[in-house]
Amino acid sequence: MTNKIVHIGCGAGFSGDRVDASIPVVATLAKRQGPRYLIFETLAERTLALAQKHRRKDPSHGYSPFLEAYIRPILKTCHESGIRIVSNFGAANPMGGAAKIAEIARELGCTGLKIAVVEGDDLFQFLSEEEISNYPTIEGLEIGDNEVVAANAYLGARPIADALAQGADVVVVGRCTDPALVLGPLVHELGWPEDDWERLAAGTMAGHLLECGGQVTGAYFADPGYKDVPDLARVGFPIAEVGSDGSLIVTKADDTGGLVSAQTVKEQLLYEIHDPANYFTADVILDISQVKVEEVGPDRVRVSGARGKPRPDTLKATVSIDGGWMGEAEMSYAGPNALKRAQLAVDVLKQRCREIGTNCPVRFDILGTVSVHDGDGGGGGAAGDWPDDGDYRVRVASRGHDKEGIERINQEMLSLYCSGPAAGGGFRQHLTDQVQTASILVDRTLLATRIRMMEVSA
Amino acid sequence: MSGMSDIQETRLHEVAHARAGDKGNRSNISLIPYKPETYALLLEQVTEVRVLELFAHKGATKVTRYELPNLPALNFVIDDALEGGVNAALNLDQHGKTLSYLLLGLSVSMPRALILHPAPE
Repeated sequence: MTNKIVHIGCGAGFSGDRVDASIPVVATLAKRQGPRYLIFETLAERTLALAQKHRRKDPSHGYSPFLEAYIRPILKTCHESGIRIVSNFGAANPMGGAAKIAEIARELGCTGLKIAVVEGDDLFQFLSEEEISNYPTIEGLEIGDNEVVAANAYLGARPIADALAQGADVVVVGRCTDPALVLGPLVHELGWPEDDWERLAAGTMAGHLLECGGQVTGAYFADPGYKDVPDLARVGFPIAEVGSDGSLIVTKADDTGGLVSAQTVKEQLLYEIHDPANYFTADVILDISQVKVEEVGPDRVRVSGARGKPRPDTLKATVSIDGGWMGEAEMSYAGPNALKRAQLAVDVLKQRCREIGTNCPVRFDILGTVSVHDGDGGGGGAAGDWPDDGDYRVRVASRGHDKEGIERINQEMLSLYCSGPAAGGGFRQHLTDQVQTASILVDRTLLATRIRMMEVSA
Repeated sequence: MSGMSDIQETRLHEVAHARAGDKGNRSNISLIPYKPETYALLLEQVTEVRVLELFAHKGATKVTRYELPNLPALNFVIDDALEGGVNAALNLDQHGKTLSYLLLGLSVSMPRALILHPAPE
């Protein structure tokens, strides 16, 4: 039996990724033979809660705000070339996302395009808010009495494979595991059974390597003089070639920058992995502890040795709760004795916070010394021996449910223009509403997934 | 055979690369040697105890080191390293994406041949 190969490209690795990265991926896939797919991963943990907030303001919203920017440049070529699209664009409103894609498809003349919507990730379909709040959390916060903004289970590859079996050219999912975007097409094309743990593991590993887009092809990797990457500004997004035997080659779009090397693949392989022998997904427990990575050609890396264990009985779900507000404000001090003036600004702000009775967590940084590597209580080197002359920026950050109190702290930074040390400038501030997340485990039999199909008419 | 005079004090950045990821208040940081011969030295020198010390000021409470000899690479899982993570951190870098380079600042002793940019002899 010949080894059938499925080609799967990735067009986005997070909500906010480059909107034109998919164009060279599609151009490359269009030249190839055999089953070809394009995935977009646009739904980080809290993105869905933000989408839910949008939907509450306007019921037609709540799908990925970047959907049109991602879909429009490539939809017609994909339709004409037989490249099928799988994405979690749906976020809090998969039907709304599908309707938007149908609208774009009609404009582009993609008559006959079939769009499938996978529903069933929204726990509110199956549980009350009180029932959700009573689940014990496995990571993140306790849910407590906070308002639940969104609660969604991570669906696996099966409903995606089912939608493809029904003839979908585009599959829109809300919350699913990121690797399922890749595993779904593989299960459909290669007919892998539900308990073929070794192959499901191989497909899940392929999905894990692809789901962050350019992070496996030289992006988020470059370190000049240490890890040089050609033409990073035009970094090519990845394409996986997965065989029916579970073999995997990672490569990238033709005529692009970036690189695929053993190093780039290893960094992404371990990204957001805890115990390498036990990576839990909805479809399989993936074990990458024995994986081997080999360069087999220019920008071609073979990855082998994934092992699988039976899938867990539970599905992970993310519960998003209202998280109050975060305030951030900054002011710069530069030139002679700038550090002393910046430190004085911090001292003034600390005293002001005490005197106005601030009772939320507050952090101060002087950017230009150590900031992101410092701790909330120091200790990371910010208080070290930095030059007095320089170009420093004072930052204050605070968070809590008392919006006025947070705004007041930002305002205290602003007041330094006239009431602080000499020559503060470049004030900026942000006040953003926060979503906090907790994870729970739900019995997979609790959920019923449903596939809805729509076809684009002339 | 290298003599002791070949050993130089350097930073992990000269012998390995790394990437950080986050889940809740937990960080994971991979550590991947440029040269496979470096792996055994990383096992000796980059211990859970040393990494916990490096992240103590962040509030880290526990470090678990996983070994992947076939890559070769190490994976460090650092509990409570993110000052609350995206849910609660006041740090500019709430995900701890920059923390891979905090790890790469760690001092190690390595044979000259394994260091990308060794000091002159």
